[in-house]
Amino acid sequence: MSTSQNTIKRALCSFLPRDAVLSSKEELHPYECDGLSAYRRLPLLVVLPETIEQVQRILTTCHEMKVPVVARGAGTGLSGGALPVEDGILLSLAKFNQILDVDTDSCTATVQPGVRNLAISEAVKKHGLYYAPDPSSQIACSIGGNVAENAGGVHCLKYGLTVHNILKLKVITIDGELLTIGSDALDAPGYDLLALMTGSEGMLGVIVEITVKLLPLPERAQVILAAFDNVEKAGDAVGTIIANGIIPAGLEMMDNPAIRAAESFAHAGYPTDAEAILLCEIDGTNEEVSEQIMQVRQLLKNAGATEVRTAKDEKERQLFWKGRKSAFPAVGRISPDYYCMDGTIPRRKLAHVLKRISELSQEYGLSVANVFHAGDGNLHPLILYDANIPGELEKTEELGGKILELCVEVGGTITGEHGVGVEKINQMCVQFQTDELRQFHLVKECFDPLGLLNPGKAVPTLHRCAEFGAMHVHKGELAFPELERF
Amino acid sequence: MSVGDSRQIIREQVLAAFDRKMKLHITGGGSKQFYGRASYGEPLDMRNHSGIVTYDPKELVLTVRSGTTLKEIESTLASEGQLLPFEPPHFGEHATIGGAIATGLSGPRRPYSMSARDCMLGCQLLNGKGEYLHFGGQVMKNVAGYDVSRLVTGSMGTLGVLLQFSLKVLPAPGSMITLVQEHSVEQALNTMHRIKGSPLPVDATCYHEGRLYIRLSGSAGAVESAKSQMGGQVVDDGDRFWQQLREHELDFFKTEKPLWRLSVKPSTPALELEGEQLIDWGGAQRWLISELPEQEIRTATADAGGHAILFRGGDRTGNVFHPLPSSLMTIHERLKNTFDPGAIFNPGAMYASL
Repeated sequence: MSTSQNTIKRALCSFLPRDAVLSSKEELHPYECDGLSAYRRLPLLVVLPETIEQVQRILTTCHEMKVPVVARGAGTGLSGGALPVEDGILLSLAKFNQILDVDTDSCTATVQPGVRNLAISEAVKKHGLYYAPDPSSQIACSIGGNVAENAGGVHCLKYGLTVHNILKLKVITIDGELLTIGSDALDAPGYDLLALMTGSEGMLGVIVEITVKLLPLPERAQVILAAFDNVEKAGDAVGTIIANGIIPAGLEMMDNPAIRAAESFAHAGYPTDAEAILLCEIDGTNEEVSEQIMQVRQLLKNAGATEVRTAKDEKERQLFWKGRKSAFPAVGRISPDYYCMDGTIPRRKLAHVLKRISELSQEYGLSVANVFHAGDGNLHPLILYDANIPGELEKTEELGGKILELCVEVGGTITGEHGVGVEKINQMCVQFQTDELRQFHLVKECFDPLGLLNPGKAVPTLHRCAEFGAMHVHKGELAFPELERF
Repeated sequence: MSVGDSRQIIREQVLAAFDRKMKLHITGGGSKQFYGRASYGEPLDMRNHSGIVTYDPKELVLTVRSGTTLKEIESTLASEGQLLPFEPPHFGEHATIGGAIATGLSGPRRPYSMSARDCMLGCQLLNGKGEYLHFGGQVMKNVAGYDVSRLVTGSMGTLGVLLQFSLKVLPAPGSMITLVQEHSVEQALNTMHRIKGSPLPVDATCYHEGRLYIRLSGSAGAVESAKSQMGGQVVDDGDRFWQQLREHELDFFKTEKPLWRLSVKPSTPALELEGEQLIDWGGAQRWLISELPEQEIRTATADAGGHAILFRGGDRTGNVFHPLPSSLMTIHERLKNTFDPGAIFNPGAMYASL
């Protein structure tokens, strides 16, 4: 045990129970990575507090000793946001796992950050309510992590992201101050710090309590599966549905490699010869669903669908979704490793982007399967690779970076719902200019002037961008020309 | 540069103000001058920075310069069967989208759909150093960088000159009718809560003087079915009622006394405060006309989990917005200082020190 580890451990153990501080290598190992397992690092220590007061004292101690702190929920994040730093502690919120209050009149629930996303919906189902954002990992991911990443899911087009579905946070700043941000009402006085905190990737404070909005369970939900012999037609069909005044609860698209992988895994009855399928879910009142299902069926046929199938019962509806929701593990079965990207694009650019991805895929000699939250333009290309082949991970990351840069080029973004973390930090230099990045750093300093919370994540330093820019000269223009080079 | 793009001129004014340590008072259509704390400074007129930049109904995204009038935006959207989901109050014929976003005000649909900040996808602004900054984007899902676009929504123009926004728009409902039911205030609040927790196609509720107004909206079949399920009289000109509520043109709002907006936890029972009240937003927004001392109103609202705004009238040099705890105020002051280090923009419009 190194001296610094010892000193910090002693300071923390003066007020934390023995079993709340982990320090041996064996104990630290489970925390070495999050869902982005290509990056691994051991922290100095892991702490597992149980009370708000303990979190306050941990942060005050780390602040005084200038020790970095990385907060972690369930560790399911896909961008390395909870990757430990070697000279810092990892603060696990796993013991904050209680649902504190459900108010059925206001339709809200107050929960601790370690509560699983799905557990909220399960707990309030008896009141005919649910929590809308549903990331695919909802069975395991924690609500605190969802807020930190502004998590999405398949129902975002109609019901919004995490930022649209929370009302109030209790947050502890690095100097140990407990802040209440937002309110029990629908808005709060002052600047919208609730929005600023949501998706801030643990850079501004540690979330210790969350009040979420609950929605009434829809009376009925129905899903249609449509097959297309051409990806472009499927993309156009999405725009047509929306232009006709219909906002589906979910609108998902998969390309042929993803369809085949999902079908052989889940046996959902997907047509494996289709170039693309769309899954369109309509929810609402009985009458609304009946009317819109008929309308959507017709629109899909007019858009050139080769097959349009409505799930005949709830069992088949679940099966259609099972195929989509298991697309990631399904791809995992046909390839030793896969790398999941998360760009968002204006939908009208879909055909162009998929064509470019397919060209890049050939150029790099790596297969790509595409799963797409088509309604809101959020694209998840899955790059198939084998980490045991030397150099293949690096090649994959490079291809992934190219795909994200393509998303920015067509007017989109490098991350729709997974966050920047460590994974996309270089692409932040492509999406934002110097002045914008500088403004981000200034915002960070308002909360954490010493830069102790989750250092090295989410917002790149200007030097890093200068180095990255030097390697990526775009259309003959050097990025960040005003900065000195090394 | 296309017609209506006045960024350059605006930037020069900002740079000049920064150099000369002057203050700027940002104005649009002047419709919301009554709102917020009294501010001062050289007028910075945004009306010439106007026009719809891009609008593709299929993308559900509108990109627009801040000086564009709400009227122009709403008629453009209506021609494609779409609308601004937050139903912004205009408070005057020349109201601009810049003013709607800077004040962050939302209309009757807000608790059942989206607020101004919910619709915000991305913005372009000029900070106090005259730097053009873009945050967010033109897509629904975007988690790259801190959410500055939503941070500046409702910031009363104190963080920067808002130049351009990308906003989420939605299809207008196919059918809308308004029902009215006679209720006591307790019954009305109970009904509002029951509605919020059930999958009924309701997108506005308001209670005043024994009458609960409910707006049903959605597909024709859904509205018809909900109508027979819920009961009550159909209001002949329902649209007019909601418009008058949104624009504060109902008789209730015609007063010289101070008008307070109390934003509370929706399940809050009827607030026992001396004065006239109107309940909106399914119980979450209570309008109060009262000459009670400020502190009494603020305490009652804070006890109800919310905050009070002196919306119209009264002393505009005091606390118009709810005072913040000192820890939060410190963060506000730091944020203000990073965006506007010369303290140029709308001094004191939100809080005296911002």
